[in-house]
Amino acid sequence: MEIKLLDIAHGRSGDKGSAANIGIIAYNDEGYEIIRKYLTPEKVQEHFKGICKGEVERYELPNIRALNFILNDTLGGGGTVSLKFDAQGKTLAAALLRMTLHIDD
Amino acid sequence: MKEKIRIASGQGFWGDLIDAPVDQVTKGDIDYLVMDYLAEVTMSILQKQKHKNPEHGYARDIPELMHRILPVCREKNIKIITNGGGVNPTACANEVLNIARELNIPDIKIAVVLGDDIIDRIDEIVSSGYELNNMETGDSIISVKDELLSANVYFGAFPIVEALEKGADIVITGRTTDTGLTLAPMIYEFGWDKNNYDLMSAGTVAGHILECGGQASGGNLMADWQNVENLAEIGFPIAEAYPNGEVIITKHENTGGKVSFETIAEQLVYEIGDPTEYITPDCVVDFTSIKLEDLGNNRVKVYNVKGKKETEFYKVSISYCDGYKAVGSLTYSWPDTLKKAKAADQILRKRLENLGLQFDEIKTDLVGFNATHENIAKVLEEDCINEITLRIAVRSHDKKAVTRFGQEIAPLILTGPPSVTGFAGGRPKPSRVVAYWPALIPKSVVQPEVKILEWK
Repeated sequence: MEIKLLDIAHGRSGDKGSAANIGIIAYNDEGYEIIRKYLTPEKVQEHFKGICKGEVERYELPNIRALNFILNDTLGGGGTVSLKFDAQGKTLAAALLRMTLHIDD
Repeated sequence: MKEKIRIASGQGFWGDLIDAPVDQVTKGDIDYLVMDYLAEVTMSILQKQKHKNPEHGYARDIPELMHRILPVCREKNIKIITNGGGVNPTACANEVLNIARELNIPDIKIAVVLGDDIIDRIDEIVSSGYELNNMETGDSIISVKDELLSANVYFGAFPIVEALEKGADIVITGRTTDTGLTLAPMIYEFGWDKNNYDLMSAGTVAGHILECGGQASGGNLMADWQNVENLAEIGFPIAEAYPNGEVIITKHENTGGKVSFETIAEQLVYEIGDPTEYITPDCVVDFTSIKLEDLGNNRVKVYNVKGKKETEFYKVSISYCDGYKAVGSLTYSWPDTLKKAKAADQILRKRLENLGLQFDEIKTDLVGFNATHENIAKVLEEDCINEITLRIAVRSHDKKAVTRFGQEIAPLILTGPPSVTGFAGGRPKPSRVVAYWPALIPKSVVQPEVKILEWK
């Protein structure tokens, strides 16, 4: 079964130096179980191929049904060094929510 | 001891809604107004302004704002805490004192927190054996010493607590953590023990929620954003704090925006790293301990916050000049929109190459096509693209190369692909690239100093 991440979660992203952080929050407990199981760091790394040039780290915040991803070496130097249009990674949460998850029925 | 205090966020950054702090003091009851003005880039700009004029170097919005809010703050006994003193808190405080006198409130007490600005102490600090190595690269500060623009230690809540204990009505600091601005009044009012790390963490989490202003009360919200009512009159967040560390985040009645589980959850995950180690000068918070309860009616309870002892170090934010950059853009219309934008990019790059100019980086973005999500964006059919803004940015240590790049944009209109517009505002000019040098310094090396200023 396919689930659009946008349908089960929301989020916010920003910068931490040249790394971006993306917090993804499920709308309910069931959604959190799905993202915890299927939204793996490997999947996020693959999704941001060519954009995230470092490693993807994942942290769990079950208390607010959230996962926090750190995408290292993503913002082209960060701060005012970066020439990127979205130098602070503000739109990357939306970019991640484009993902479709393939889950076991 | 008060049974609760209400701390209101007035600014999420320097440049935020000018009327937000005015609304916070007039539209309902609060005890404290806290305002964060400083981003990393701000410190370098302020240092430059102070260099030109020794009376500048702080957030210049503050005097006019004080004109508007001091009378009502006096009447309602609202204390003001801000880090908008930048690299010159004393000049800022003196200006506010002048305003207070003009407004016939001459007995006001203003405290300044000094000691965070170490730009003139770098040599002394390094020669004492503190190398200020870059936390990310491990490089020595000596390598960028001649290019330094600013260097500030992040102080926490305690210098502000000291200021409040000395009777300050207004506290103006330099580089204080955003979270410290909100934690400080809780420590002061409730007499919290600095070794009670759970309480330090509770106030720090409230500070994290308040530090970006309207971003906790319905702004920039992804969850059901279309149903956030009246963003035009958004109410900034207010932390209603209790002595046991529980905090209710809310906003004034009859204001726009909303406070809900979703608005707080999105702000909690904003710009965090490892959630179990949120490090501030006051404590190390475990964000996985935080519990939220949406009480309805724009009230969310934040409780059960756990934390541990602070580290032995202050973070230092150092900025330095790392070359120059410029950004130029042109907009191409249908037909063959994408082809034309790409062709123009190639022509420009060829011209820059023929000129033999050296750039550290040239970055092309196709705004309207895929500039934000790059290769994750949905690819549009050429015929469906109405327009694309070609945005080209360059960075170089050779300022002349960046200047010349700026001169090569407009000529593309008459010497490149057709149906192009959107060139206004003249040639893009080089601007300094401000780079950051994150470092740590033992707390023993830097001492915060709290001074009270008043009319004698």
